[in-house]
Amino acid sequence: MDLNDVKKLATLARVDISNEEQKNLLEDLKAILGYVDQIQEVITGEINPAANDLRNILREDVDPHESGEFCFDILNEAPSTEDGYLKVKKIL
Amino acid sequence: MVDIENLDIKKAHKHLTDGDFSAVELTEAYLNRIKKQNSEIYAYLEIFKDAIDQAKKADELIKSGQATLLTGIPLAIKDNILIKGRTASAASKILENYKATYDATVIKKLKKEGAVFLGRTNMDEFAMGSSTENSGFGVTKNPVDLSRVPGGSSGGSVASVAMNGALGALGSDTGGSIRQPASFCGMVGLKTTYGSVSRYGLMAMGSSFDQIGPITKNVEDAEIIFESIKGQDKMDSTSYPDSIYLKNKQKGNKKKIIGVPTDLLKTKGINKAVLDNFNDSIEKFKKEGYEIKEVTLPNIKYSLAVYYIIMPAEASTNLSRFDGIRYGLSVSGEKLFDDYSKTRGEGFGEEVRRRIILGTHVLSAGYYDAYYNKAIIVRKLIEDDFKKAFKEVDVIITPTTPTPAFKIGEKSNDPLKMYLADIFTVPINLAGLPAISIPSGYEKQEGSDLPLGLQIVAPHFKEDILFEMGKVFEKISKSD
Repeated sequence: MDLNDVKKLATLARVDISNEEQKNLLEDLKAILGYVDQIQEVITGEINPAANDLRNILREDVDPHESGEFCFDILNEAPSTEDGYLKVKKIL
Repeated sequence: MVDIENLDIKKAHKHLTDGDFSAVELTEAYLNRIKKQNSEIYAYLEIFKDAIDQAKKADELIKSGQATLLTGIPLAIKDNILIKGRTASAASKILENYKATYDATVIKKLKKEGAVFLGRTNMDEFAMGSSTENSGFGVTKNPVDLSRVPGGSSGGSVASVAMNGALGALGSDTGGSIRQPASFCGMVGLKTTYGSVSRYGLMAMGSSFDQIGPITKNVEDAEIIFESIKGQDKMDSTSYPDSIYLKNKQKGNKKKIIGVPTDLLKTKGINKAVLDNFNDSIEKFKKEGYEIKEVTLPNIKYSLAVYYIIMPAEASTNLSRFDGIRYGLSVSGEKLFDDYSKTRGEGFGEEVRRRIILGTHVLSAGYYDAYYNKAIIVRKLIEDDFKKAFKEVDVIITPTTPTPAFKIGEKSNDPLKMYLADIFTVPINLAGLPAISIPSGYEKQEGSDLPLGLQIVAPHFKEDILFEMGKVFEKISKSD
């Protein structure tokens, strides 16, 4: 891992990080990855990573709340809105 | 006169229903204590101005004979649990002015019982840390020794109870964030079974680990709050139906067998006083006639490595919602990309940025299999180790932390060193097990009696064993 990797990750994660901090971050990441790399020594054989016990239960898509019931409260927290929509800079 | 030093929830409830004092008087007593202590300890980020109004409502419930154990009980709430209409910032600048648009399920339940919320408590930003030094708004101090950290990330919640600024508190525990600070401040902290308490309205950090739980002065109080907040919730698809507790209910009165993971205790960096105190606790259980059995958990040594892959992966994903558009801080840049990047760069603190970058790395193409996928397999092996051990024993005990509370600033420049402080608590979250930390004694350091804690771990959905054994331990550790 080098400084360019950190820059790339910061871009991917959409986090503005100063050049100075990137240098510190590189050292931290090296130390942390050096530590967590010990899991590579575990022999896990053919275990399927998807086959774990974590459950996910979906509810029936019924009984919707009244349309617009929560809109005002939620939009109230948005930094910029117009006519009940979130307002952002142009995308294309 | 309200004697808050010696109150617990049951005693307070009796005084309230006997009419010795009102909920308003009780709340006033706590607000006075907070006024005296909070500027120094900084347990609370905000004291709710309507606490007395809440207490008045509780008094009406009490008068009408509808009081439950928690009616009128003054509680502190960690700043990452939503209360409708109130600020909830997770101690982050990015949410400094955010107001919650709904109640967390646990809040709804406590409101129904007429509990009084005194305020929201300081924490490590987005629950990322073990010392409450990572708060965006200032450091909380350990009420036992002001030069030391209270632990974290629920440091404010624990300190609020420890300074008698609340009778109980809610915290959240992703890798030890309830138990570790409870141990550092001499309080009781319960990490509940994954799926026992709804996470709806708890700001997500590591979604496959996070659980809400109580911080209290004794085991019985933790049990009372747990009974109130647990239960299946259609808003949290990982919550379990109550029937699982009936199924798991203990039969008979057989004396429990206690497991000790000897290999884990041989890890480097565990303070000698902590080990001595732990061995004392074992002796106390033996004296009471409990059988102690060694258990082996061969993969537990990989726990921290696994945790520091999966947790940042989940956290970086969860925190992608903070974009300067939906809610919270918004910093404008040249283009939309810069809006995101500047908002997140300025709004998130250093540790949060570090974990986002780390999580992004372990999830990126080319590294995903070596880190994330490998880690979830090893996580499964660790869970299996516990399952095997629990065929031999009813509970497993360890110290809660490898050292007592450390000095403010001592570890804040070395993230890896800070992470290693979670060695006994993290494995429990990996396996989704319930565990409780109970005060077990003190270590004298520089004139302070620094609290130590014993962690008791039980199989999934067997919190009742934790309460039983916790009460036994409280009794035998007080008797000398």
